[in-house]
Amino acid sequence: MVDFGYGLLASSRINLDLFDKGKFDSLAAEEPDVRKCIACGSCTAVCTAGKFTPTSLRAAIEELQNGRDEVAMNMLKGCQLCGKCTMVCPRGINTRHLILSIAKIYSKKK
Amino acid sequence: MRNNVLIIGGGPAGLEAGANLQRLGYNVLLVEHSNTLGGHLGKWDRLFPGGTPASAALDKLLGSMDGVKCFTDTEIQSINRLGKSYNVILSNGITVLADAVLVATGFDLFQAEKKEEYGYGIYDHVITNADLELYFKTGLDTRINAPRKIGFVHCVGSRDEKSGCRSCSKVCCATAVKQACEMKAAFPDAQIYCFYMDLRMFGRHYEDMYLEAQRDYGIRFIRGRVAEVSENIDGSLSVKAEDTVSSKPLKVSLDLLVLMAGMRPSVSGQRIGSLLGMQNEKDGYFEVLSEITAQQRSSIPGIFLAGAATGPKTIPDTLADARGAATQIDKYLSDIFPKAKDLKQLIKTAW
Ligand SMILES: Cc1cc2nc3c(=O)[nH]c(=O)nc-3n(C[C@H](O)[C@H](O)[C@H](O)COP(=O)(O)OP(=O)(O)OC[C@H]3O[C@@H](n4cnc5c(N)ncnc54)[C@H](O)[C@@H]3O)c2cc1C
Ligand code: SF4
Ligand code: SF4
Ligand code: SF4
Repeated sequence: MVDFGYGLLASSRINLDLFDKGKFDSLAAEEPDVRKCIACGSCTAVCTAGKFTPTSLRAAIEELQNGRDEVAMNMLKGCQLCGKCTMVCPRGINTRHLILSIAKIYSKKK
Repeated sequence: MRNNVLIIGGGPAGLEAGANLQRLGYNVLLVEHSNTLGGHLGKWDRLFPGGTPASAALDKLLGSMDGVKCFTDTEIQSINRLGKSYNVILSNGITVLADAVLVATGFDLFQAEKKEEYGYGIYDHVITNADLELYFKTGLDTRINAPRKIGFVHCVGSRDEKSGCRSCSKVCCATAVKQACEMKAAFPDAQIYCFYMDLRMFGRHYEDMYLEAQRDYGIRFIRGRVAEVSENIDGSLSVKAEDTVSSKPLKVSLDLLVLMAGMRPSVSGQRIGSLLGMQNEKDGYFEVLSEITAQQRSSIPGIFLAGAATGPKTIPDTLADARGAATQIDKYLSDIFPKAKDLKQLIKTAW
């Protein structure tokens, strides 16, 4: 086939049918507080890394629940584990510990 | 002489006001147009926030009704001012002279089929909050068939000018969270989603209920209004919304969709309103004399209001409103019919 130089962009739509419930459940088993997030954005607002890199715990938690694990992991790559976010989370989530658990469970290859 | 008080509507508001007015020494007549007392409370299974059985709450209300004359299956035929009182003719032929009237005609549930894009009455697995309460009571509903993926749609017919209602129905966020947890308990393998625009967990213990729904029941809350639902060949549903938290369109297939139909002004209540020449506000609910200081008074002397007839309320709100109305009626009657409380008689019996 002739290549005209056009292509289809991959769909950016979230497909919840692809969400890996088992994996998220194992994260929640280790870190039940992950379910308590109310997407308030406090963590992201104070994040020391967020000013320079696309770091956002709020967004990462949302992406994990949307089955977009890689996007989520990219959003935590820049994390310095400084723990500032833990100080501000209104749901009392130990966010720093949560980030470590996410890294542990989601960096494992399937 | 004991004053006569007429109550129109035998839901939680009418029952609570009736019991209190009877206790205050009035002659209370309650008229209910359906065949049972209890209003919407009789249709619910368990109540938010704590899960109190609705039947227990209703029994409690009915149990305090001693002495109140109740007519079910009865309509108001006509109601006319006669001196300080109202001359009322009922559909059963009885005529009453009421010195005060309490309108407690409640609300109607929004008819979810009007929101056609959600497919209620068209698709096989779309139900309403009221249907789900009936299912919890009876265990019967052919549309609920071991669902593994369930969605709850908040604000159906509320906060939606397209369906003619700008305001919030107040009770359906809490109802959705309660029902989501109940469904998870009934179907432990199910994945449950709540699609909300704002989560209005305003009351005492409501935020705890929300936290439990997230942490203990694993309910996923997605901020975005369901915009489109279609049915697949296998009967499952395709649901589209935006996850506004991640700014991405979202699609999910579900086995059951539960619509949080909102509260609307009662149509039969409106009929009473027009018999009395009472004003409605823009939202369709009855106008009150002052939304801050006289919530239970209409602009017509002697006509009082309580419960969901003046806008969405929870049951505790409704009951408090009804008690307030009873106090207001008592004050009105003692001011306008001072002989009703004969001081000599009072001292004789109370001293
Ligand atoms: C899905 C859903 C779930 C809910 N769950 C809860 C809960 O868990 N906890 C909670 O606190 N609240 C809950 N609520 C709110 C609760 O139902 C209301 O607060 C309550 O029913 C209001 O009582 P009411 O007496 O004002 O009105 P209604 O319950 O509507 O009663 C009005 C009565 O008046 C009668 N009537 C109407 N017109 C006439 C007429 N012309 N003549 C004679 N009679 C008439 C009606 O037949 C009815 O019996 C829920 C609401 C909904 C929609
Ligand atoms: S611990 Fe990581 S995510 Fe939290 S504020 Fe520090 S850098 Fe940001
Ligand atoms: S601060 Fe806590 S609740 Fe708020 S978005 Fe971050 S993790 Fe979620
Ligand atoms: S209570 Fe919640 S679901 Fe009901 S109309 Fe208000 S915001 Fe919507």
